[in-house]
Amino acid sequence: MTSRKLYDFIMRLFMFLSVALTCGLVLFLIGYVLYKGLPNITWKLLSTSPSYLAGTIGILPDILNTLYIVLATLVFVLPLGVGAAVYLTEYAQNKRLVDAIEYAAETLSGIPSIIYGLTGMLIFCSFLGMRTSLLAGAMTLAIMNLPTVMRTTQESLKTVPQAYREGAFGLGAGKWRVIRTVVLPGCVDGVITGCILCVGRILGESAALLFTAGFAHALNGLFKGLTSAGATLTVALYVYAKENGEFEIAFAIAAILMVLTTCIHLAATAVGRYFQKRRSI
Amino acid sequence: MKQRQSIEHIAQGVFLCAGLITVGCVLLITVYLVLSGLPAIAQIGLVPFLFGRTWASTAADPSYGILPFILTSVYGTAGAIVIGVPVGFFTAVYLSKCAPKRIRSVLEAAVSLLAGIPSVVYGLVGMMVLVPFIRQAFRLPDGASLFAAMIVLAIMILPSIVKVSLNALDAVPREYEDASLALGATETETWFRVSAPAAKSGIAAAVVLGVGRAIGEAMAVMMVAGNAPNMPSIFQSVRFLTTAVASEMSYAADGSLQKQALYSIALVLYLFIMLINAALNFFLKRDKEANT
Repeated sequence: MTSRKLYDFIMRLFMFLSVALTCGLVLFLIGYVLYKGLPNITWKLLSTSPSYLAGTIGILPDILNTLYIVLATLVFVLPLGVGAAVYLTEYAQNKRLVDAIEYAAETLSGIPSIIYGLTGMLIFCSFLGMRTSLLAGAMTLAIMNLPTVMRTTQESLKTVPQAYREGAFGLGAGKWRVIRTVVLPGCVDGVITGCILCVGRILGESAALLFTAGFAHALNGLFKGLTSAGATLTVALYVYAKENGEFEIAFAIAAILMVLTTCIHLAATAVGRYFQKRRSI
Repeated sequence: MKQRQSIEHIAQGVFLCAGLITVGCVLLITVYLVLSGLPAIAQIGLVPFLFGRTWASTAADPSYGILPFILTSVYGTAGAIVIGVPVGFFTAVYLSKCAPKRIRSVLEAAVSLLAGIPSVVYGLVGMMVLVPFIRQAFRLPDGASLFAAMIVLAIMILPSIVKVSLNALDAVPREYEDASLALGATETETWFRVSAPAAKSGIAAAVVLGVGRAIGEAMAVMMVAGNAPNMPSIFQSVRFLTTAVASEMSYAADGSLQKQALYSIALVLYLFIMLINAALNFFLKRDKEANT
């Protein structure tokens, strides 16, 4: 009897300790980064570019680069991901092709970002002659995020009732018309969730961008920016912390990233909840 | 009528293309890695490359042995699993079986938040907090070591382990647990001797997923592991497969043997990942079959 009680006690103790450790980690990480980073965020830091003459560091170019790369990646990844998902759920009849596409998506989601960076550099920067540019980085990230968009779209396509499709077919609509007017509007939530998850991953990505998008801090407009090299916030954090030893700047960027990822997390949950509610009505 | 039919054909073609591009990307990545990875292996020789114990790519008499990197990646991943899996597993059991609904949703949100933190932020905190702590605690000249990398990796794989094992534990049929309780087992005995074994494929999948994440992580490890190409030892500065690629890529000259050897390292890493993916698919499939 006592040994059973001991077992019970020990297991509960382990559970309690593990949960406490996990919680403690989350609180510590967020607290520490915000505590170290928030005091260093100034308007000057956010609104200027780095200047060797004045000896100041600003992260405006990095913020803009992040924005450009997010936009460009979404432009590439959305049509591909949504298209592939529509093909899989609406068109595909060949079982082997479906298996091949799904296996490919699983493989893509398992490949580490450093390998994406390397092959992106080989394919886009050298072979296609784009050199180190935000556009090459965005294309690399598009391949990387393809499975995410595909999966969320597929999930929500499955929730579009079959009766809707049959009703539309019964009224004489062709397949493309059914997809355009019935299926695609029904999977908006999946696409939006996919977008939000992508943005989160792009914000956090560094290894895949280091060799494809580079780490320049020049201030550019959208179109010039896409064809020239530039660091996103995450890459800038790495460069400032590891190469330059500017830890105050690094923590400021880390705090900004922390706040942004939290916002993205909240947005994803909110969107999920909103569409679930609308669907259940 | 004819026009409508051709529109249908075009639409189908476009969607098919989108699907095929996914497959094309995987093929392209594989072909590119193999093609650019093989020349250096051919030149150095497979055995000296994989089992050579010294990496001195910039020396006057360069040698390209990546055994230190392979072993470091294996040890580092194993360490991360040993530290991270128990914590993740116990947390998942608590969340699935024991936690009140409110606490569960808060904790789940916290774990997802942990998953969303960029790896460079882990690296930065590791660099500023963990590395100095290890240096002081163990009286080392430098805290940047395999041990620091293990801990950072363990924290980074924690969210995926918790999430995947949580799903597996939630899927265990209620009847199993009721039967066990009715036979007189205590709650903890039921959770750990009935629910956990019933969810073992899913938990195995969680571990394999963790292995994949840990072996592929580059930036956080780069910031805390010290980056010297030593044979692995727990308190020494080490270099992983991922960081070996990342750290020399920016300055290796185009077309040099050094750069080609870096591609070969990436190829080795890719083969590891393919093995892990195969294992993951195996466990996930078995888990699905067990639940139906």
